Amino acid sequence: MHSTKYIVGFVAILTTVVAVVLSILFSSWEGQSKLNEAIFNKRAILSSITDYLDENPKDMLETEVLRIFNEDVEQIALNMDGEILTPEQIIESGYKGGRAEDIDMKKEKKKDEAERIFPLYVYSSKNDGNVYIVSVRGNGLWDEIWGNIALKSDFSTVVGANFDHKGETPGLGAEIKDNPAFPAAFKGKSFMSADGEYVGVDVVKNGSKGSPHKIDGISGATVTGVGVAEMLIRGVKYYQPYFNTIKSSQGKKLGMLNNK
Amino acid sequence: MADTAIQEPKVAAPKEPLFGKKERKLITDPLNDNNPITVQVLGICSALAVTSLVYPSVVISVAVVFVCAFSSLFTSLMRNAIPKQVRMIVQLVIIATLVTVVELTLRRFNYPIYKELSVYIGLIITNCIVMGRLEAFSMANKPWRSFLDGIGNGLGYGAILIIVAFIRELFGKGTLFAGSPIQINIIGASNPTTNYLINTAAESGIGTWFSWYANNNLMVLPAAAMFIIGILIWIHRSWNPKLVDIS
Repeated sequence: MHSTKYIVGFVAILTTVVAVVLSILFSSWEGQSKLNEAIFNKRAILSSITDYLDENPKDMLETEVLRIFNEDVEQIALNMDGEILTPEQIIESGYKGGRAEDIDMKKEKKKDEAERIFPLYVYSSKNDGNVYIVSVRGNGLWDEIWGNIALKSDFSTVVGANFDHKGETPGLGAEIKDNPAFPAAFKGKSFMSADGEYVGVDVVKNGSKGSPHKIDGISGATVTGVGVAEMLIRGVKYYQPYFNTIKSSQGKKLGMLNNK
Repeated sequence: MADTAIQEPKVAAPKEPLFGKKERKLITDPLNDNNPITVQVLGICSALAVTSLVYPSVVISVAVVFVCAFSSLFTSLMRNAIPKQVRMIVQLVIIATLVTVVELTLRRFNYPIYKELSVYIGLIITNCIVMGRLEAFSMANKPWRSFLDGIGNGLGYGAILIIVAFIRELFGKGTLFAGSPIQINIIGASNPTTNYLINTAAESGIGTWFSWYANNNLMVLPAAAMFIIGILIWIHRSWNPKLVDIS
């Protein structure tokens, strides 16, 4: 039997050694890990505009992902009223980096609706004008789901989408991420009705044919489908104030041109 | 030249051979006669959770081999110094440290798979196999042997994990190694975005015969792992006569 002194000493030395080793490892790799995370998120954002890119973001080199993001993507942070936030305001909301890409949708989802801020990524495409990529987050069956939706410059037509999830059932709910056909089904659907009213895109059981506001759900994943639809209708609506201001300013320009 | 071949000194047998019969047995035993999952029925929890796809199962297996081997090694090195009253806590500290190392390594070098597995990697800490081997073997054996024992048990666990994952992914998703760079799509209805080796949607060839085939959604649920492991245990016991008397 060992004395109590020995036991306490042994455990103290062991935990100190372990703590030192782990913290050295953690801090020396932290920079690269943060970068990995940023690249992972950027890849996800870019995969909603795969059609405009030369290469699928999945197979892209990391440097290529960063290059496209730096050169062709403008990031804007918005509040609930559709106002563009300054870097200082983003830092005030709790994101040290002060850029839209630093915004953590997970944290925003927990805030009061009135206080939330959102990132908007504007990709300047070669032949289709600006493409607006919005970030949405909601609840699936077991845990959170999130995604990015790319809209044409009419702020209504979807040109691409991508989804991810935390804990949906593999093969069922997880198909929103794993099955490329699901996000692809959103292409060409529109969030606005012909009269310019906001209606969203619904996920339905069989019967999406012909409707611009419905897509087919995944069999066996009804609840996840409902979650996706709810996330989209609510999430894209947050961006409407900003879209409306752009629309009205564009309208004014057009009006001025007509007057001449 | 012939001289040098003749003059080559004969290697004297060391007192304890690195890979003697006993040492080899330490690695092969857990693969068959003393398999952690099918014989000892340990580590079932993670075997149910991660085996829906092959690729994550392979990563988890490698992680368990690493954690099991090195925690055995370190525990064995310290076995005489570890106070008996707190040995479980000390073992847990060692295991948790190694699991954290695995987690940090994945986060640094393969972020996508870290994202996919993060919860399960942490769960290796509670994997009964690791702690069981430390208690049963490393606390009473020399470092090298404990190390081999750890590798053996990790491999025994990993082998079952990969067999179960193979069956579940093939019949549940129609693919193999999904999510990895070498994903193979085996069977399913090809569509514009994915092509399968056996295309059940084709008008000609095997497609017309196979159009009735659909992926079995039960296979992707954890319940499937339960009875696949059950069936494996059954096959293993009827095939290996040594196990018949153990119950």
